[in-house]
Amino acid sequence: MNRNHFVATVLVTISLYGCGAETDQAEPIGGASGQELAEEQVLRWGNGAEPGSLDPHRTQGVPGSNIGRDLFEGLTSEAPDGTVIAGAAESWEISDDGRTYRFFLRPEARWSNGDPVTADDFVYSLRRSLDPATLSNYTFILNPILNAEAVAAGELPTTEVGVRALDTHTLEIQLENTTPYFLGLLTHSASYPVHPPSAEAHGNQYARPGNLVSNGAYRLEEWVVQSHVKLVRNENYWDNGRTTIDEVWYYPTEDQTAELSRFRAGELDLSNAIPKRQVDWIRENLPEELVISPYLGTYYFGFNLTRPPFQDSPELRRALALAVDRDIITGQVTNAGEVPAYGWVPPVQNYAGQQMPEAAWTQEERVAEARRLYALAGYSEENPLRTRILYNTQEDHRRIAVAIASMWKQTLGVEVEILNQEWKVFLDTRQQKIETEIYRSGWIGDYNDAYTFAELFASGSGLNHTGYSSPDYDRLLREASAEGDMKRRAELLQQAERVLVEDLPIMPLYFYVTARLVRPWVGGFTPNIMDHHRSQNFHILKH
Amino acid sequence: MFRYATRRLLGALPTLLILLALAFFLIRVAPGGPFDAERALLPEIEANLRAAYHLDEPLYQQFGRYLWGLLQADFGPSFQYRDFSVTELIMTGFPVSLRLGGSAMALALLFGITAGSIAALRQNTRADYAVMSASMTGISIPNFVMAPLLILVFAVYLGWLPAGGLGDGSPRNMVLPVIALALPQIAYISRLTRGSMIEVLRSNFIRTARAQGLPMRKIVLRHALKPALLPVVSYLGPATAAVITGSVVIEQIFGVPGLGRFFVQGALNRDYTLVMGVVVFYGVLIIAFNLLVDLAYAWLDPKVKYS
Amino acid sequence: MNAAADALQAQEEVAGRSLWVDAWRTLRKNRAAVVSGVVIGVMAVLVTVGPWFSPYSYDFTDWSNLSIGPSLETGHLFGTDTLGRDLFVRTLYGGRISLMVGLAATLVSLLIGISYGAIAGYFGGRLDNLMMRIVDILYAMPFMFFVILLMVFFGRNLFLIFVALGAIIWLDMARIVRGQTLSLKHREFVEAARAQGVGTFAVIRRHIVPNLLGVVAVYVTLTIPQVILMESFLSFLGLGVQEPMTSWGALVKDGSDEMQSSPWLLLFPAVFLATTLFCFNFLGDGMRDALDPKDR
Repeated sequence: MNRNHFVATVLVTISLYGCGAETDQAEPIGGASGQELAEEQVLRWGNGAEPGSLDPHRTQGVPGSNIGRDLFEGLTSEAPDGTVIAGAAESWEISDDGRTYRFFLRPEARWSNGDPVTADDFVYSLRRSLDPATLSNYTFILNPILNAEAVAAGELPTTEVGVRALDTHTLEIQLENTTPYFLGLLTHSASYPVHPPSAEAHGNQYARPGNLVSNGAYRLEEWVVQSHVKLVRNENYWDNGRTTIDEVWYYPTEDQTAELSRFRAGELDLSNAIPKRQVDWIRENLPEELVISPYLGTYYFGFNLTRPPFQDSPELRRALALAVDRDIITGQVTNAGEVPAYGWVPPVQNYAGQQMPEAAWTQEERVAEARRLYALAGYSEENPLRTRILYNTQEDHRRIAVAIASMWKQTLGVEVEILNQEWKVFLDTRQQKIETEIYRSGWIGDYNDAYTFAELFASGSGLNHTGYSSPDYDRLLREASAEGDMKRRAELLQQAERVLVEDLPIMPLYFYVTARLVRPWVGGFTPNIMDHHRSQNFHILKH
Repeated sequence: MFRYATRRLLGALPTLLILLALAFFLIRVAPGGPFDAERALLPEIEANLRAAYHLDEPLYQQFGRYLWGLLQADFGPSFQYRDFSVTELIMTGFPVSLRLGGSAMALALLFGITAGSIAALRQNTRADYAVMSASMTGISIPNFVMAPLLILVFAVYLGWLPAGGLGDGSPRNMVLPVIALALPQIAYISRLTRGSMIEVLRSNFIRTARAQGLPMRKIVLRHALKPALLPVVSYLGPATAAVITGSVVIEQIFGVPGLGRFFVQGALNRDYTLVMGVVVFYGVLIIAFNLLVDLAYAWLDPKVKYS
Repeated sequence: MNAAADALQAQEEVAGRSLWVDAWRTLRKNRAAVVSGVVIGVMAVLVTVGPWFSPYSYDFTDWSNLSIGPSLETGHLFGTDTLGRDLFVRTLYGGRISLMVGLAATLVSLLIGISYGAIAGYFGGRLDNLMMRIVDILYAMPFMFFVILLMVFFGRNLFLIFVALGAIIWLDMARIVRGQTLSLKHREFVEAARAQGVGTFAVIRRHIVPNLLGVVAVYVTLTIPQVILMESFLSFLGLGVQEPMTSWGALVKDGSDEMQSSPWLLLFPAVFLATTLFCFNFLGDGMRDALDPKDR
C-alpha cells in the first residue's frame, strides 16, 4: 500500500470567496456606494427545527448540519456555489487507483482555543466518528474508508480504520474502492474533526457552550434548547481575516407560517423555508426577498410491491403514474417552481437523468394510455381500483395526496382513501409493508452524485420500502460502484435508472426546490443544489 | 386541615406511581421507536444505541431503573437532545412555561373576575352585554387563529412587539403569547363569575344584607365575592390543564422554548425519557395544585368540611 | 316558613312537572335564547340538507378554479380552497362533523360526569377520596399525550374522537359537579330530606341532581364549544378527521394559515363556527336563568 506513486496531484488554490469580493446584488442597497457594510455584522437564520446535537459525530438531521458548517471545517469544504474546495487541508494527492488520499493540512490552522489542528486530530476524530460507542447515526457516510463498515459494526477495533498521520500535517486515508465523490463526503459532519482533549474530557457534553472547541469560522457562545444557538467569530480561525459576520444566531422555526411572520417582523435575515400555500402571496408582496433554486431531491409516491394490487401489475402502476398531471402538481399545488419529474435522479454532477418515454407526450396522450393500461390491468368503472395513500402528517404532503387522489378519481375512477400518520408511526407502517399500498416519500441526496439516489432501490436497501428487487438493477449498481472510469460509471448508473423507470416501483412526481426569504441587504447568499451555506461567506450591507 | 393536607400529600404517592407506570408502559407500546429514521440504522448500531439507553433490558428492569433515578432527581438522558439530560431540559423549559402560564392565569383571574362581577352587578345592561359578547368572542375564536392575528397586527404591521422567540428574555417577548393564552381563560372565568355572582346576589343572606341597607360595594366585596368565587376555584384545576395544553400551541406558534414544546417534540420523536419527565413533572404539579384548590375551597366555603 | 317546610315545598316542585313547565315559560320570554335556539336549528338543518343542493361534492377538485374568491359565475358561493374544492360544501360538511363531535362528546361527558361527580361529592369520605384520586390520575396525564396515544393506537376515526374528547371532558364535569354537591349536601333541604328517611339515591336524584342543573346547563354551553375547539386543536396537530373529510376546526385552521392571501378561507368557516358557538352560549344562558330553582 505504501508503494503507491502519486501522479494525480490536485493543487487547490485558496478560496477566493469572502467578504466584499463579489456580490450578486445588482442594485445598490445602502450607503454611498450601495455596497457599504453595515456596522453591525449579525446574521440571523431561521433553521427549521432544533438540532438534536451540535456534536458533529452525534448530530442528526439538517438543522444540526447547518450549524456544524459554521463551527467546524472538514478536510475539504464547499464554495458558496457548492463546489468542493480546500478546507482544513490546503491540498491533496490521489493515487492512480483512486484508493489512497494524502491530505496536506494547513500549518496555520488553529482550534478556537489556539491549539494547532494536526493530522493526529483527524485520525482521532475519524476513529471517534466510527466508534460504535459514539452512537453516530451517520457512519455510513464514511463507509468508503477502508474497514470503516466493520469498525462501525464493532467487528474491528477503531485503530483498524484506514486513516493514519504521516506527520503533524499530513494525513493518509485508504479507501475500500474507488469513490469519485469521496472529497465531497469529507464536507459532511461525520468527517469533521473534534478537539481531542475537549472531547475526551467532556464526553457526551462536548457540544456545550464552554466545552465545545471547534476549528471553523465560529465558536459556540450560547445554546438555549428550543430558543436559539448563538455563535461568535472564532478569532483563531486560519481564514478569520476574510470573515465579515461577527455573530450568527440560529432559531428553530418549525411552523412555517410563524416563521414568515418572524421574518416580516424583522427578526430573521434568512428564513428556512416558506409556507408553500402562500407562495403566490409572497411572490406578490415579497418579490425581492424570495429566492428559489433547485434542490437535490426527488418527491415520489412508492408502491408496495409485496402485496396486491401492485404486486406483479406493472400496467396498473404505469396507469397511475401516467394519470397524474405533474404540471398541475408543480404549477398549482406546490407552486414554487418545482420541476415535474418523469425520472428518478434529479440533475446531479456528471450524470444525464433518464426519463419515462412518456415524458415527451402531452397529458391527454398520457391519460389515454393510462386508461388503456388501467383496463388492461382488469379494472373498470364498475370494478374500480380501491386503494390507499399513506402519508406522514404535514401540510404539503396532505395537499399533494388530496390532489393526486382527486386526479385518479377524475381520470380513472379509482377510489382512494387518504391516510395520514404521524412520522414515527408512518415509518413503522411503511417498513412493515402490510397496510401500505401507496406511500408518499421524498429523497434528498446525501452528496452530489447519482449513486445516493440509485442505491435506494437496490434489493434489501434499508431505504427501499417498495420491496422492489430487480437482479438487473442490482447488477448494474454493483458494477457502477466498482467502476473507476467516471464515464463508464455514469453510463451504468443511467442504465440502472432506465430499468427503474421501466418497472416503476415508484412514481416520481417532481424534483425539489429550496424556497426561502432573504433580506435584500444580506450579501453573499449563493443558492446551491445541496443548500449548504456558511455564514463566513456572508456580509450585511448598510441599510 | 393540616392533617388533611398531609394525608392528601402522602396519598398522592400511589397516584404518582400509577401515573408513572401508565405513562411508562403506554409510550413503550406506541408504534415507532426513538431511533427510527428515514434511513434505518445498521442493526449493530441500533443495538448499541438501545444498549446505551438501557432499552435492551426487560421492561420491569427499565422501570425499576427509572424509579431509582427519579429518587435521585435524575430523569435520565434525553434521546433526542443528546447533549442534555431531561432534568436539565425541564429546568430550562419550566421557568419559561411558568412565566408564560403564570402570567396568563394571573391576567385571566384579574380580568375574568372583575369583568364577570361587573356584568353580574349590572345584569341585563349594556355593560353586561358587552362583557358577555366579548367573552363569547374569546371562547369562539381558537387560539391558533388568535395568535397569528395578534402577530400580524402587533408585530408585522405595527411593529410594536416581537413576533416570536424569547429574544434577550425581556418581558416584551412575552406580551403577545401571554395575551393569546389568557384570552380564552378570561372568557371562561368571567362567565363563571357572572353566573355564580348572580346566584349569590339572589341568595337570602345577601337579600338580608341589602335589606339592612348596607352599601352594595361593601356587600359584594365582603360577602358576595367569596362564595361567588367557588365555581372559579373549582375551575382552577381544569384551567391549569387548559393553560398547559394551550401553551403547547402558543409555544409552538411563538417559538417560546417551554415545556409544552419539549413535550410535543418528545412525543413525536419518541423521546421516552423526555416525555416521561414532562408527564411526571406536570403530574406532580397538577396534584399539588389540586390539593391547593381543595384547601382554598374549604377556606372559601365554610360549609365544606373535611373529616 | 321554617327550613323543613321550605325543603318539603322544594321537593314537591322538583318532583312535579311544574319546574320544566315554568322553565319553558321563562325561556320563551328570553328573546336572545329563542333566537339562538332557532339559529342552531337552522344551522343543523342547513348542514344536513344543504350539501344536496350544491352542484359540487366536498372532495371534487375544480382544477380550473383553484383558490378563487367567492363568485356566483363559477357556482362557488364561498370560493374554493387551494385545491379547488368548493368551500360552501366543505363548510357545511365540516359543520356536520363539528356539531356531531360537539354533541356526542358532551353527551358522553354529561352521563359520566354527573353521576360520577354527584356520587363522589355526596358520599364523601373514602369513596370521594378514591374517586377523586382516579380523576387526579387521569388529570395528571397531559391531555395531548393521552389523545396522541389513543389516535396512534387505534387509528383515526370519528367514533374515537368522540370517546377521546368525552373521556377528557367528563373530568371537568365530574369535578365541578362534585364541588357543587359538596356544598349542596349540607344545605338545609337536603339534610331535611335525609332526616325524613329518604333513600340515598333518591336524595341524589331528587335533590342534588336537579339543583345541579343550573351549573350543568351553563357548563354544557361551555363544553360544546370547548369540544369543537378541542377537535380543531387535534386538527392543528394533524390528528383530526381524515382528508378529504373536514370539520370547522380543520377549515379554520387551514384558513388561518392563509388569512392574508385568501381571507375567505378563514372568514366563512370562522363565521359559521363563531355563530354556532355564540348561539349555544346564549341558549345555555337562557336555560340557566330558566332552570335555576332559586329564581322563582
